[in-house]
Amino acid sequence: MASEELQQIRFVSPVGSVGGGIAGSALDEAMAQAPDFIACDAGTTDAGPFSLGMGTAAFPREAVKRDLSLMLRAGRKANIPVIIGSAGTAGGDVHVDWVLEIAREIVAEHDLTLRTAVIYAEQDKTYLKRLLGENRILPLDPAPPISDSIIDGSSRIVGMMGVEPLQQALSDGADFVLAGRCSDSALFAAIPLMRGFPPGLAWHAGKVSECGTLVCETLGKGVIFTTVSQDEITIRPYGAGLRCTPQSVAAHSLYENANPYLHRECSGTFDLTDSTFEAIDDVTVRIRGSKFMSEPHTVKLEGAELAGYQSIIVGGIRDPYIIRQLDVWLDSVRKYIDESVARVLGDKADKNSYRIIFHKYGINAVMGALEPDPKHLPHEVGIVLEATAPTQDMAHKLAQLSRQPLLHYPIKEWVGSITAFACLHNPAVIDRGPVYRFNLNHVAVPSTPVEMFRTHLMDLCASRNS
Amino acid sequence: MILADIASLIRSKNAGPFTLTFDVMFADLAGYRRVKDSGALNPAAFAKLYRCPVDKVRYFECENALALKFSIPRPLTQGELGDGDTHGGQQFIPLLNVEIP
Repeated sequence: MASEELQQIRFVSPVGSVGGGIAGSALDEAMAQAPDFIACDAGTTDAGPFSLGMGTAAFPREAVKRDLSLMLRAGRKANIPVIIGSAGTAGGDVHVDWVLEIAREIVAEHDLTLRTAVIYAEQDKTYLKRLLGENRILPLDPAPPISDSIIDGSSRIVGMMGVEPLQQALSDGADFVLAGRCSDSALFAAIPLMRGFPPGLAWHAGKVSECGTLVCETLGKGVIFTTVSQDEITIRPYGAGLRCTPQSVAAHSLYENANPYLHRECSGTFDLTDSTFEAIDDVTVRIRGSKFMSEPHTVKLEGAELAGYQSIIVGGIRDPYIIRQLDVWLDSVRKYIDESVARVLGDKADKNSYRIIFHKYGINAVMGALEPDPKHLPHEVGIVLEATAPTQDMAHKLAQLSRQPLLHYPIKEWVGSITAFACLHNPAVIDRGPVYRFNLNHVAVPSTPVEMFRTHLMDLCASRNS
Repeated sequence: MILADIASLIRSKNAGPFTLTFDVMFADLAGYRRVKDSGALNPAAFAKLYRCPVDKVRYFECENALALKFSIPRPLTQGELGDGDTHGGQQFIPLLNVEIP
């Protein structure tokens, strides 16, 4: 990395998430421009806490393998590093190992040799409890309560790394960096920062590049090619019909960010308040003026804990006499269910140990208490009965015991036995397995930027790949 | 006129599991300025629509993106039992009918 005289650094963001589907021909076009590295994020909390809690990925293995294979082969052909972060959706150790196994297959199938750095981001609970005791775990806003028992009760806790562990791995000669949970922007900022480019531009370049073509005017199949120099960023897509415009690039900072101007990273905050966006040509935008303020190093924590096991029943109600008194009727159904549960399951199902929720589609299932029009009655209401309990067996039995009262609980308007609920399925009960909740919105204050992350260097090559 | 008739896109989304964020976007500077200068979209009005304390509402005017933006704590954490919108994508509806004088 001889670099003092580097005028600019160029990189490719091939897709918003590994497994999202790289446009191969657009990647070829971008690689023809001789980029210095390829980086791609593979994770998110967007889908919910399940991936982190359960240790599974949100994308199919085949989709991840296809994208990773395209990137690793392109990287080797050009002899440039490939950096992947937040492996396997949640970036826990099990997720990293899952992607590492896929990488081993790719190496074997394509006869590659890869100096690989694997960086684990899962956190040791004893270490976190020590930090907590030293007041070195701080809440963000809003934050759920934290304690030793919350930490112990977590299924998995990851720390979101910044550029430092990535830079260490690159300095050690890695041409494939496979990282656990990682800041998306850090994947792209690591090398520009190592080579002395201004931090505000390095971080902002990462930020606008990390979602792939989401930064374009309209989303489409393509890749993003970004250049950072001492005083500006340029960003453009490769892919049919795609363009970056000053508005589309500026607006990208809004998406999924609470504050569009200030973005907190491990090592500080980058500030886009004074950033300017100009069109260079029909598809390329120039950014200037982005700043970075160094701050004490913090590492964001993400944790998930088991909320229970779920079983559901899906169906609907069409009877207008029930719909007009739906809440009262469902309260009666719930009371009947509670009585059945107490009678049948007795001590096995303490009322505080389970929860039954009716999601009322057509009334307020989507917005809940925020629904601005809760009095509007539709001609049909969809119901999802959701039973959550400490075991799958109990959740299943709760749902089974719910079916009869849902079907037959009477209303005074009708004389005789009614069937009030249209079940969608037989069997009516669907077991959903374990469900998780996010239980941390905190940052840790480590002694060094790298102490929370464990790096393993290894050579992946076809011949030694078992 | 209502906001939905002027904005080019009104959207909501999680900003992490604990925050909801709302973007009101415009096709041109005239539309952006008309809504911004009307004062109809402000933290107090937003707090009323979303039944949350006004000091929890963050409001941003983003002229270079032609957008107005709000962020609030999520009423229920993403994926918490009872949360009916995992991605937070359908929570913008109360903004549609805001009268712009």
